[in-house]
Amino acid sequence: MSFHEVLRACSGLAGELIASSSEADVLRALDVESPDEAGFRALLSPAAVPSLEAMARRAGELTARHFGRTVSLYAPLYLGNYCENECVYCGFRRSAAMARRKLSYSEVEEEGRALAASGIRHVLLLTGESRVQTPVEYIGACAGILKERFGSVSVEVYPLEAAEYGELVRAGADGLTLYQETYDEALYARLHRAGPKRDFRYRLDAPERACRAGMRAVGVGALLGLADFRREVFFAGLHADYLQRACPAAEISVSLPRLRPQGAGFAPGACVSDRDLVQAMAALRLFLPRAGITVSTREPAELRRNLIGLGVTRMSAGSRTGVGGYAAAEKSPGQFSVADASGVEEVKAMIRGRGFHPVMKDWQRL
Amino acid sequence: MEDVFKIAGRKIRSRFMLGTGKFPSDGSMAEAIKASGAHIVTVALRRVDSGAGSGNLLSHIPAGRIVMPNTSGARNAAEAVRIARLARAAGAGDWIKIEAIPDNRHLLPDNLETIKATEVLAREGFVVMPYFNPDLADARRLRDAGAASLMPLGAPIGTNKGVTTRELIKVLVSELDLPVVVDAGLGRPSHAAEAMELGAAAVLVNTAVAVSGDPSGMAEAFALAVKAGRKAWLAGAGAARELAEASSPLTGFLR
Repeated sequence: MSFHEVLRACSGLAGELIASSSEADVLRALDVESPDEAGFRALLSPAAVPSLEAMARRAGELTARHFGRTVSLYAPLYLGNYCENECVYCGFRRSAAMARRKLSYSEVEEEGRALAASGIRHVLLLTGESRVQTPVEYIGACAGILKERFGSVSVEVYPLEAAEYGELVRAGADGLTLYQETYDEALYARLHRAGPKRDFRYRLDAPERACRAGMRAVGVGALLGLADFRREVFFAGLHADYLQRACPAAEISVSLPRLRPQGAGFAPGACVSDRDLVQAMAALRLFLPRAGITVSTREPAELRRNLIGLGVTRMSAGSRTGVGGYAAAEKSPGQFSVADASGVEEVKAMIRGRGFHPVMKDWQRL
Repeated sequence: MEDVFKIAGRKIRSRFMLGTGKFPSDGSMAEAIKASGAHIVTVALRRVDSGAGSGNLLSHIPAGRIVMPNTSGARNAAEAVRIARLARAAGAGDWIKIEAIPDNRHLLPDNLETIKATEVLAREGFVVMPYFNPDLADARRLRDAGAASLMPLGAPIGTNKGVTTRELIKVLVSELDLPVVVDAGLGRPSHAAEAMELGAAAVLVNTAVAVSGDPSGMAEAFALAVKAGRKAWLAGAGAARELAEASSPLTGFLR
């Protein structure tokens, strides 16, 4: 069994079923303690828009109950920007004319020191897909360097074999983020024109491989803006639900990244409004009360402020999306442009201002 | 007669224990602890950042409390044991609440792993308070493994559903000599009172206090309910009956 089978089984009709959900379906989904798949579709449907306030209230209440009045913070650290893939929407794609580099181990140490000094205790390591320039051994060594300063070291790198995830866990990594980008297999093939990332199934199954290899926290998501958001969020939610059931010991989370400008000259295929994002977040929370929901600095500060209390449990803060950037100025352009450029202290103050507690450390390396 | 509550030979001043997670601020947590009168407060080691100065949540816990780390995040006995040892090494003392939870969907504990961890940690001199699914055979195993008290769940963590395991908790209270501390699922002060009326020695609450609109007010309300429930238990609360019982009984003439 793989999530691919689940996806194959219901991808044909999903869009149609979402679109045809009625107001009665929405009210039924709001009325039950745990909406099922049909309820989740209804909550994501256009018919749910008039019920958005009720959904938001319920989402806020469920989030408080399961996660408290808290928001955990993390920051990304880009280790390298070498990439063999040709993803039409990405600033790091192979054909993009840009300076390519990766951090040396001493730079990783310096960047870690600077980032930790800002108060950040959870770090997310990122690379492009290059098994030559940034192999698993390199990523593991970086995790090993950083694990002393950070309560949690996660990775957002190209999909790996189960044994390689195990290697990263032993090196000190405890979390994985891997977005499928789009759950529409045909669109995926069009958007990912070259490189190992063209293998849709290998990427789709990677989060499960990571869970089974002992990764404690695993996050999935779709890049919103590539296709109809309702369908994409539906499948991201089903993917998280599948992982929760298949690997109950893992902490599963979902991200809702919206496409940002990054110099790739790519026009989003579908517009995702703030209202759409709120609906997606509330629907996810009602369907998956215990899943983490992450919002990054892709979103502007004012929107992030307003999303607190609606379902979000984790936010990035003070992010740099070029290689390094914390100890020394970024020498390369970012993967995407950051919309919320607030520093860590500003983000903490913003969270407190909403009556929530910014949590810097929520894991203990064992 | 004084109603003394002891765990591992130590007199505990309050039968209301409070968890420190989920609060909207460190200040509101500190105020709630004071208002609760709790003597034992639990802390997730995963949240403790000893290098964070005033950001370290331990620095906000009012003096005079027993800080009991929990092993939140442990999925099995080995991880729970490691967390307990880390907590002790960090100066958090010998009290430990064991949580071994391999299911993040429902946050239900694994009794088998909990028993294994209890055995190891009790042998190492910890005062072990295991959180578990209320089961009589496992409760006896935990006792034999060296548990200082038993912490059966009232309902899954964070559900606020009350003492949904009431019949099982009654069995634990009647069959074991260890203090039974009902933990998890208590969403309202009346739930805490109910647990105490069943004969629980204490209750532990976190979510219902931390996420209420007024954590201090709710902490105080719970503390009062715990006292009321305890008094009712000591006074011998009337049992619920299926049939009405006439105050002038038909067999009264037999006197």
